Amino acid sequence: MSATTTVNAPAQQAPSPPRAAVGSDDARIGLRANLRHIGALARRNMLQIKADPESMFDAVLMPIIFVLLFVYVFGGAMFGAGNRGQYVNYLVPGLMATMGLNIAMAVGTGVNDDFKKGVMDRFRTMPIARSSVLIAKMVVEIGRMLVATTILLIMGFILGLSVSTSVFGLLGAIGLSLVFGASLMWIFILLGLTMKTVQAVQGVAMLVLMPLQFGSSIFAKPTTMPGWLQSFTDYNPLSNLADAGRGLITGGPVAHSALMTLAWSAGITLVTAPLAVAKFRKRT
Amino acid sequence: MTRIDKKPRNNGEGAAGVAVSVRGLVKHFGDTKALDGVDLDVREGTVLGVLGPNGAGKTTLVRCLSTLLVPDAGTAVVAGYDVVRQPRQLRRTIGLTGQYASVDEKLSGRENLYMIGRLLDLSRKDARSRADELLERFSLTDAGKRLTATYSGGMRRRLDLAASMIGHPAVLYLDEPTTGLDPRTRNEVWDEVRRMVAEGATVLLTTQYMEEAEQLASELTVIDRGRVIANGEVDELKARVGGRTLQIRPTDPEQLGAMARAVAEAGLDGVAGTQVVPDEGVLNVPILSDEQLTAVVGLLGSRGYGIAHIGTHLPSLDEVFLAITGQKTADSQDAARETEEVAA
Repeated sequence: MSATTTVNAPAQQAPSPPRAAVGSDDARIGLRANLRHIGALARRNMLQIKADPESMFDAVLMPIIFVLLFVYVFGGAMFGAGNRGQYVNYLVPGLMATMGLNIAMAVGTGVNDDFKKGVMDRFRTMPIARSSVLIAKMVVEIGRMLVATTILLIMGFILGLSVSTSVFGLLGAIGLSLVFGASLMWIFILLGLTMKTVQAVQGVAMLVLMPLQFGSSIFAKPTTMPGWLQSFTDYNPLSNLADAGRGLITGGPVAHSALMTLAWSAGITLVTAPLAVAKFRKRT
Repeated sequence: MTRIDKKPRNNGEGAAGVAVSVRGLVKHFGDTKALDGVDLDVREGTVLGVLGPNGAGKTTLVRCLSTLLVPDAGTAVVAGYDVVRQPRQLRRTIGLTGQYASVDEKLSGRENLYMIGRLLDLSRKDARSRADELLERFSLTDAGKRLTATYSGGMRRRLDLAASMIGHPAVLYLDEPTTGLDPRTRNEVWDEVRRMVAEGATVLLTTQYMEEAEQLASELTVIDRGRVIANGEVDELKARVGGRTLQIRPTDPEQLGAMARAVAEAGLDGVAGTQVVPDEGVLNVPILSDEQLTAVVGLLGSRGYGIAHIGTHLPSLDEVFLAITGQKTADSQDAARETEEVAA
């Protein structure tokens, strides 16, 4: 819960730059009204899930399948057949980053589909901040991310994950992955608003996701990779997030990777959130 | 950034009683001039019908007036607010019902209305009671808890109208509100629109049907290819275009001439220009009212003429355009006639 509010903070600030740029009649909508609008729109997104429970399949099944697949396919190869438990401890904190990435991608396709509907025209003709439609979507998607992460951790615990730091370390890892996941959502919202079709969004997303996910420290130690790839993984924010998660859950250095993750999150949000809001504002 | 090259004119002129004032509105999409200098006014508490074929610019006009599009030039003032410079205030005063129902299919009717109430800053309690009130009014109470996806086209359109009314808008835009609806559902929507107007709403209604404009609007603006080609009172334009035509098919085609003479000799006011169409075996009688229709049919019956079939039709959009401009609409070849069949 506390994680959700942390993520909201940068998102709230996002609308101001484009609003000023458009030069329209200022922020007449107060913070409380804005929160009420976001609440009403988030409720809409929740009711959509209720009407279509299958849309939760990815959040529920993805962590289960990913953990089983990677632990049993690669676990033995990585740490020896008898030491799969060691790989669980390596993999699960890293997979938390993957959950964020994949849910964020679903946001892109969802936005692309949703925003073609007539109801968006109604929202655009109503006295609400246009960003509130996007923020409401994010709030609900962060909830979905939390569901995926929780299931992932439960699977991890079943397969032998042990928290050698503290509950706070674990919560910190969850919070960090949600913050980063939320910043990724802005990228995919922007993509979803820019691309013409859902298929195009998926195509582009996969092109970006595959190298980012596998060219990181999520699944395998970068020290086993060739030098050129190592330098890529070093700068890959997913590696930072995976390393920070490991440090927070199983112990080890945290400061550098956590700071890098937060810096990436802030940078991505600052660049893509205003662009996404402006795009939504203009899209007709 | 978009430049608006004219100053708003509403401040001095005609501010009283004019809810929507549009001057020289232009909107281009690439090389296409969707709006090419449109002027129109909607007086408070009246319905202005904007009549035009597909592609005339009707939807672009509505989108400009509801802040969904920024015009390239010209001004539009709605309820005292400039559409370009005061979009936020303007959004508080308008309601929009589009050609495509703008409700969320994955929400129930009631949840849709509740959501919109909350977005309009009603309290939870008020949003709930307003939703129930409008469901009741639009005969949707029983369907209120069902997902909108399961609604029929007419129910969706009614829900859409209800959604537009939650905030008691001063000006309502209805963009082809009955396109694609069957006649019964269309009548339901018309009844609702009449009721809104009776309650004081100002309505800008776009339509492709002369009949719809005649039924609902007091004034009419006819547009084609982004330009206004005619405007005025509906009755005025109707007089130019002509009213209904009564078509009679006698059981014996030999009697066509005699029947035409009988109608002409009866000297019914306004019933002039009766035509005999021997090829089709029918008699066309222009009529101005239901009384005249009854009188003509009664007359022929009392004289003992056998009638096999009668029907009336309104001038089609093509005929309207032909009468006003001397040319047909850009896109339609065959005039689809609104024919009200009457049992023989």
